[in-house]
Amino acid sequence: MNTVIFRTIAPGLSALMIVFSVFVLLRGHNEPGGGFIGGLMAASAIAIYGIAAGVKEVRRAMVVHPVTLAGFGVVLAGCSGLLSLGYGVPFLRALWSYIPIGDTVVALSTPMMFDTGVYFVVLGAISAVALALEDEEDDD
Amino acid sequence: MVPGADDTTMALVPVAPFLAALLAPWVKRFAHVFAGWLLALVPLSIFAALVRFIEPVAQGEVFRFHLNWIPAHAFDTISSGIDFSFYLDGLSLTFALLISGIGTIIVFYSGAYLRGHPQQGRFYSFILMFMGSMLGLVLADNVITLFVFWELTSITSFLLIGFDHMRQAARRAAIQALVVTGGGGLLMLAGLILMAGVAGDWNLSGILSRGAVVQESGLYLPILVLVLAGAFTKSAQVPFHFWLPNAMEAPTPVSAFLHSATMVKAGVYLLARLTPVLGGTPEWHVILGVFGGATLFWGALQALRHADLKQMLANTTLASLGLLVLLIGLGTEVGVMAAVVYLVAHSFYKAALFLVAGALDHETGTRDITELGGLRGAMPVTMLGAVMAAISMAGLPPAVGYIAKEEMYLGLTDGGAGQLVALLVVIAGNALMLVVGAVMAIKPFMGPLRPTPKHAHEGPLALWLGPLVLGALALAVGFVAEYAGETFFAPAASAILHAPQGDTLALVKSHVALKVNPLDPLFWLSVVTWGAGVALYLRLERIRNFLRRLAAGLGWTADTVFDAWMWGLVGLSDRVTRFWHHGRLELYLLVVFIMLAIAVNVPLLLIDGLPSFNEVPGLTFYEWSVVAIAVLGLAAVVFARPRLVAIVSLGIQGFAVALLFMLFGAPDLSFTQFMVETLSVVILALVMTRLHLDRRDARDFEDLLRDGGVALVCGLGITSLIVAVLNHPLDMRLTDFFDKTSVAIAHGHNIVNVILVDYRGLDTFGEISVVMTAGIAILALINIRTGGAQTGVGARKERDRKAAAKPAQEDGDAA
Repeated sequence: MNTVIFRTIAPGLSALMIVFSVFVLLRGHNEPGGGFIGGLMAASAIAIYGIAAGVKEVRRAMVVHPVTLAGFGVVLAGCSGLLSLGYGVPFLRALWSYIPIGDTVVALSTPMMFDTGVYFVVLGAISAVALALEDEEDDD
Repeated sequence: MVPGADDTTMALVPVAPFLAALLAPWVKRFAHVFAGWLLALVPLSIFAALVRFIEPVAQGEVFRFHLNWIPAHAFDTISSGIDFSFYLDGLSLTFALLISGIGTIIVFYSGAYLRGHPQQGRFYSFILMFMGSMLGLVLADNVITLFVFWELTSITSFLLIGFDHMRQAARRAAIQALVVTGGGGLLMLAGLILMAGVAGDWNLSGILSRGAVVQESGLYLPILVLVLAGAFTKSAQVPFHFWLPNAMEAPTPVSAFLHSATMVKAGVYLLARLTPVLGGTPEWHVILGVFGGATLFWGALQALRHADLKQMLANTTLASLGLLVLLIGLGTEVGVMAAVVYLVAHSFYKAALFLVAGALDHETGTRDITELGGLRGAMPVTMLGAVMAAISMAGLPPAVGYIAKEEMYLGLTDGGAGQLVALLVVIAGNALMLVVGAVMAIKPFMGPLRPTPKHAHEGPLALWLGPLVLGALALAVGFVAEYAGETFFAPAASAILHAPQGDTLALVKSHVALKVNPLDPLFWLSVVTWGAGVALYLRLERIRNFLRRLAAGLGWTADTVFDAWMWGLVGLSDRVTRFWHHGRLELYLLVVFIMLAIAVNVPLLLIDGLPSFNEVPGLTFYEWSVVAIAVLGLAAVVFARPRLVAIVSLGIQGFAVALLFMLFGAPDLSFTQFMVETLSVVILALVMTRLHLDRRDARDFEDLLRDGGVALVCGLGITSLIVAVLNHPLDMRLTDFFDKTSVAIAHGHNIVNVILVDYRGLDTFGEISVVMTAGIAILALINIRTGGAQTGVGARKERDRKAAAKPAQEDGDAA
């Protein structure tokens, strides 16, 4: 499976998948997509990169441990819910703000923040498991 | 209205001790021996804050405070929300003053009692938290708030009783108290929720005025039984009494606090509080009377059996609790009044006597009554406190205990045969209490001086001030009986007898007074009590020996029953775990899928019968070809022998299904399915190589038949379930709702995603927490196996391989 062709295109493919996963995450509110799917895609990208380049290389590239990403995701999602407490509305009530930049209007919202949290949890948890399984000489 | 008493400051009363508990270890570190002085300021200031309410409450005013917690919804059947709300009337004020007042003394006292103990800071934390829980309990208006504080008292008392956690007896006592009181609390929760549902209000102040509604409802008896279960376990009524004497494992200041104003009085408080709602029925009178009477008698007898000062006192607490329950069950105006007076009297003298027992223990090294004697010269101030408290306990004038006893006899002499029995029990109980009081005041101090493990001398100020103050109070209240009656006893009794109307409470008239009238027959009942008590006191040794032989002959007690029950529980869970958790993965999966087959098929067959498959759907040729791919993939999974081929074929089948989702207009689902299938193939393949499974699936024919059969039944069940669902008309209400509101209120066109992150955001939040936890758990499992564990699938092979390669290092590898 670990052919030269695969090893050559895998880094580019993974990078492309990561970019696409972010795209899918961001369009999620109005088009098919969202944090869960985006996270799965990013996790696949990590898995592919791991098979091609080795786990050590992936861990170096990710800088932080994948479980840290998952934890960050849960905290982010929780914080998006807590923000609403500052406005005197119940936990997780959606807040929206529209910021005009030039001709376009960028919609920022707590559901998007929440979705980003979901993305990180899925990415972190699945890539943690995948990497640990790929890692023959476990040095985790 | 009292100035400065708003909702937040009232909420601070129970919360402040918790805040102080957070700081207590640091206070201990920096203030050393003065930590007790400093921390005693917390309950003292709470006491001072509550004093301002005495005047208006004595006039019949009641106060309500509330902070929002969980507001009510329009569709709730109960109109009021669940609030962090508080209610202050004569009853809760009396309790709160006792708790904070005695609490001040206890914190102060424990500064000296536990001096030099390495965990003293922790002890301060625990006792302050306990005090806060108790204050919250007696002040709570909302029944859920009340329950939360109720269980907090169970938890904090668990910490206190098990404070000396290196001793097995302390741990056992702590767990016992937690199981009994916490379990009772859960039953009480059910009762309280039922009661709130029937009354249509979460707040006690509202429920109180709807007693008739509750009593007429068919749920009255279940409510009564459940609430009583909570109250009886907390207040240690027979047969749930055994945890209380065992709780003596706690440090003495804790016992003093637990037994006087707090914990065990919580059950009494609940009964008193709910008297307007649940009281006055024949069931109430009978149940409370029987249990209270039995507890009174049992506790008094047990007290005589013991020689340990603390055990004697603990068992008289049982007796007193029984007496209180009996009086509340009586429910007459005089009976309730007697209960209130006795409650206060008991709090004073019991706390004082426990503190005396603690001081004796601390200064002499023993609390065995047969080893103590002649300490009048060495510890005169302690003796003074003990004597004053004992006078009240024995019910001698002018102490408040005497007034309480007179009030009891007055309450019990205007009725029929049932009351006569109760009267006899109460007289016997009071006589036995006189004996114990006399023992406490006389035995350690009179007679010849006995040698003790430590050289006896008067303890520091903190050790004798508490008993002295409390003992003096026990006497002083008797002298100002009229004032105390009007200010405290009557408002508290009114709160038990009447429901509030608006912000006022109809007050009963106080007739409490200190009167010693030889012409009054009630006085002669007292004289009979004293005579019986003295007679018993003189024969104490013989009675004690007799009771000991009796107890030894009895063989088992509620205590041993509890142990048997707990061990039975442990044994049962052990057997259940061993049965299911045998460590064979294929059997786990088999059980899971058999259960699935049952859960899907049985209800379907029983309720609807097999659905009919009406029509073959008209699909286009490319749709059919996708279906064909799925079927082919499935066939490959079933017939492929190499595992890797089976895994990949499973992926093919999954991709085909994802394509179907795509074709039929579920892009989100299809998208997700694609990703999940990809990742499952990757991860399954990795798992396979990682676990060093055989490359080929070599199952016996019997196993194939069994697994295949279960798979077929599951598949058929799911299929017929889906067909059955499709045979019904589709309910479009939710679809319409999301269709209408998704853009309008949630600003999103992708309904699936909007549901995930907005409508059901809390669900998703829970799910991602589970995903993260599962990830961590899987990681841990993988690391265990590779971290050198010598068990698990494949580990043996690995070991064999290494052993074959390096036979010389075999031993080192195994280690």
